[in-house]
This record gives sequence, structure tokens and C-alpha cells, in this order.
Amino acid sequence: MNNIRKNRLKDQAFKVWGIFCTLLGLVLLAVFIGNILVDGIMRIDWEFVMNLPSRKPEKAGIYTALIGSIWVLLLTTLIALPIGIAAAIYLEEYSKKNKLATILEVNISNLAGVPSIIYGLLGLEVFVRILEMGASVLAGSFTLALLILPIVIVSTREALKAVPKSIRDASFAMGASKWQTVYHQLLPASFGGILTGIILALSRAVGETAPLIVIGALAYVPFAPSSPMDEFSVLPIQIFNWITRPQHGFVENAAAAIIILLLITFVMNGIAVYFRNKWQKKFK
Amino acid sequence: MRKLKELVIERGLLLSALITIAVTVGIVLVLSIEAVNFFSEVSIIDFITDPEWTPLFSDKHFGILPLLSGTLLTSFIAIAFAVPVGLSISIYLSEYAPKSFRRTIKPLLELLAAVPTVVYGFFALMVVTPFLQSFIPGMSSFNSLSAGLVMGIMIIPYISSLSEDALHAVPNSLREAAYGMGSTRLQNSFRVMVPAASSGIIVSIILAISRAIGETMIVAIAAGQQPRLTFDPTVPVETITAYIVQVSLGDVQHDSLEYKTIFAAGITLFVFTFLLNTISYRIRKKFQEKYE
Repeated sequence: MNNIRKNRLKDQAFKVWGIFCTLLGLVLLAVFIGNILVDGIMRIDWEFVMNLPSRKPEKAGIYTALIGSIWVLLLTTLIALPIGIAAAIYLEEYSKKNKLATILEVNISNLAGVPSIIYGLLGLEVFVRILEMGASVLAGSFTLALLILPIVIVSTREALKAVPKSIRDASFAMGASKWQTVYHQLLPASFGGILTGIILALSRAVGETAPLIVIGALAYVPFAPSSPMDEFSVLPIQIFNWITRPQHGFVENAAAAIIILLLITFVMNGIAVYFRNKWQKKFK
Repeated sequence: MRKLKELVIERGLLLSALITIAVTVGIVLVLSIEAVNFFSEVSIIDFITDPEWTPLFSDKHFGILPLLSGTLLTSFIAIAFAVPVGLSISIYLSEYAPKSFRRTIKPLLELLAAVPTVVYGFFALMVVTPFLQSFIPGMSSFNSLSAGLVMGIMIIPYISSLSEDALHAVPNSLREAAYGMGSTRLQNSFRVMVPAASSGIIVSIILAISRAIGETMIVAIAAGQQPRLTFDPTVPVETITAYIVQVSLGDVQHDSLEYKTIFAAGITLFVFTFLLNTISYRIRKKFQEKYE
């Protein structure tokens, strides 16, 4: 009897421990966000968003970094989206089970695990130097596009996989060609899933710092970029720069910019989860 | 006509897929060409055995060991924190928690991995380090302990999510058999479920290690920029990734030896993560065959 009670007690103890662990990370995140809010919320106003960078913390703003982030995000989407979706369609719908398919699959899985800073080194050598783009918005966007390509491909494949086979069969039975089936049936049917993956990939891109530092994106850019060939900064680099400055005013600025960056990331994740839930219901 | 159009489209799609291979080839070529240049000037034996890394000083030493020890130290702290916590979460969610709780908590946990790493760096430097300093006197304001712990928070969801999937994939019959024999949920979890899902759990841990080794901003901000061969978690160290960032921020001439060092450091990093990823891919493939 004693043994049974002991085992039950252990079982209960582990349950409490499990709940503790589950909440631990979330509580720490909450503490941290609370901390940031206290540090930075008072600093956020219209001027902070619209001001150019400055050596005086109370005059500095995030305008150039914010516009830089928007530029990079748009161009990254334009580059990564068509390539990623096309590659996924090939792998999921066209490719036969041969050696090439295996190599492609292993390769994509490996790329997903390459540290982001390595993509920075690739971008520095290929885009910045060999293709002579310089440390421009375009070079940064190409670098980030390659970085998120595996994520886009994997999530698009998942979405295509979830479309029931009956839809394909029905389309072929009506005499549709392979591409007609893909374009008119599969893509619309998997749209929600593809969108979810893309938004998640972009939310990763918007927070990336290291690869852009490596390709030479600057912390101090006097003007917002107005073309893809301009120098640029992005929000995370601006934050990094402010964190590494000694004056206290910059810490406040960093906290305020973090609030804005977190807001962007969380909103994107929220939208992605919303689309995923909505889309999953469709097939269940 | 139609056949031609189909063919052109198929080729176009194939081309897109082949771009991913070009990326890998590009990474390997770029890293190895610059690294070969580097090793024509610095002997590879010095690189592996010299205990000092001072390429930016006038007395130059090119030993990777201090950067490697910094990387391993911060990663070890992160893993030592994240594995027990992440694994407990996955067991709790899969074997104990009500379904509705699991459904709400999983996306929330994944938020931990979605937070930009520069933000975690701020957290480590401004919140965790002062907190630790209050009961570890003499701790430097840049140290591997705080960077490692915060990195651990970041990788919790990598471990908990993948391990939970693995536990979930174990056939229910095993669970029922264990309960039928009168085991408690705890006995079932650790004597039946964890061994049955072990390959998936191992994969999740390997991926987390690879993530920790490649993590950049947290360590660049909170662990310092002083390469030193030490396993003392309270002093500043420098990781491979932090060194690459440090050089990139400075004004280093292209084609200088300093510039090549970041590629030599990069290829070291790449080799490590590549090995880990390959191992985890192999295990994952085997595991898939087991239950599908």
C-alpha cells in the first residue's frame, strides 16, 4: 500500500512540476515585456516614430530604421515568395521519387538549420561584393530571402499536402492538365496554409539582425532609403546600436523601439495563427 | 501547344527548386574559398591549437579555441536549462494536460521562439545580469551565464514542441497497455513513452544544440567580446558568432587577413551545425519509418 501511495504522490509532484515548467517561460516573457513597457512606453510618441537618428537620445527617432525594415520586408517577400512557392509545388506535385528529389529534400532540411549569420557571410561575398550591390536594401533583401526560403518551401509543401487527393483526381478526371490542376484547384485550396507559413517566415525576417550586420547594414543612416540601391538600417540593428551605447537615454530608446518591434512580430504571428485556425477547419 | 506550356512550367518550377541547391553550393564555396585564403597565411595547426585569438591586435594570434570554448560554454548553459524544462513541458502537455489547455498553450510557447533575438539580448543584459549580480558578487556585467540562460528560454519551444509531437506519435496501445498494468502517469511517461519516443526527443535536442551554437545577437550583446579560454560562467567571453558581428561592425578592409578570419570562423561554425543537422535528419528519417 505504501508503495502505491508513494507512486501517486510522485505522479502528483510531477504534474505540479510540469505546470511550473510550462508557465516558467511564459511568466519570464511576461516579466520581461512588463519591464520593457515600464522602460520604454513613455518614450513612444509621434516624434519618436518620425525623427531621424541623432546623437542626442531625446531627439533620436526610428524613422529611417522603420522605413528600412519596410523596404527590406517588401523586397524579401517579392524575391522569396515566387521562388519558394514554385519550389514547393515542384517538390510536392511534380517531382518523382528519385535521387534528385531526395537530394533536394535533404538539402532544404539542411538549409533550414544553417545559422542566420552564415547567410550573412554568403550575402556579403555574393551580393555585396561579387554582384556589386554594396550594402544596399537589395543586397539585404536577397540575403534574407535566401534565409527564409526553406521556411516558405516547407510550409507551402505542408499546405499542399493537406489538400485531399480527391480534389486532384476530380480535376484530372475533368481533363485538366497538371498545371491547371495546380493553379485552379490546389493553390486556392491551400491558400490559407501557404499564407500562414509566409507570414511566419516574414515575421522571422523582420527580427533578423545578424545577417544584415554582416552584409554591412549601418546603424547610423542619415536618411530613409528611397530606392533599392540605397544604404539602409533596420529596426533590430537600431535597437542593437542603442543597447550598446552607454548613455541611459539610449536604453530608454532601445526599450521603446523594442515595444514597436515586438508589436509588429506579435501582430504578424497573431494573423498567422488566425489564418491557420480558419484554414484547418476547412478540411476537418 | 498545351504540352509545350506544361513543359515550360515544369522546367520553371524545377529551376526554382534547384535554386536551393545553388544556395548550399554558394555557402560551401564562399566559406571554403575565403578559408583557404586564410589558411595560406595562417597555419591550420596554429588555428586549432593556439590558445589565443587576437587578430585585431598588433600581436596577432589565430587560435579558434577561445571562440570555440565561448560558443560551447554558452550553448551548454542554454541546453542544460532548456532540456529539463522543455522535456518536462512536453511530457506534461502530452500525458497530463487537458486537450484544451494544450491547444491554447502551444502557440503561446511558440511565441518564445518568435521573439527577435536582439530583444532577448536586451533582456539578458538589462534584466537577467543585474538580477544574477545581486547574489553572485563579482559577476561581470558581460557573462556567459546570463546569455546562456536567456538563450535557454528562447530554445525551450524547439525542444518542447518537437518532443511533444514525438510523444504524441507513439501509438495509443502502448499507453493503454501501461495503464492496464497499473502504472501511474509518471511511470507510463518515463518508462514507456519517453523510451518509445526517444529518437524524436533526441532529434529535438540536437536541433536545439545547433540553434544555440548558431545564435548570435544574445551572445553578442550579453556575453561580451573578449575571447578567452575559460569555463567560468561569470566572466566575459566571445563566441564565434559574436566575433563575426564584432568584425562586421568595425571598419575592416576587404581582402585583409582580419576580413578572412570571419570566414574561417564561419566555416568552423558551419561544420558544427552541418554535422548536427545531418545527424538529426538521419535519426528523423529512421523514426518516420518506424511508425508510418
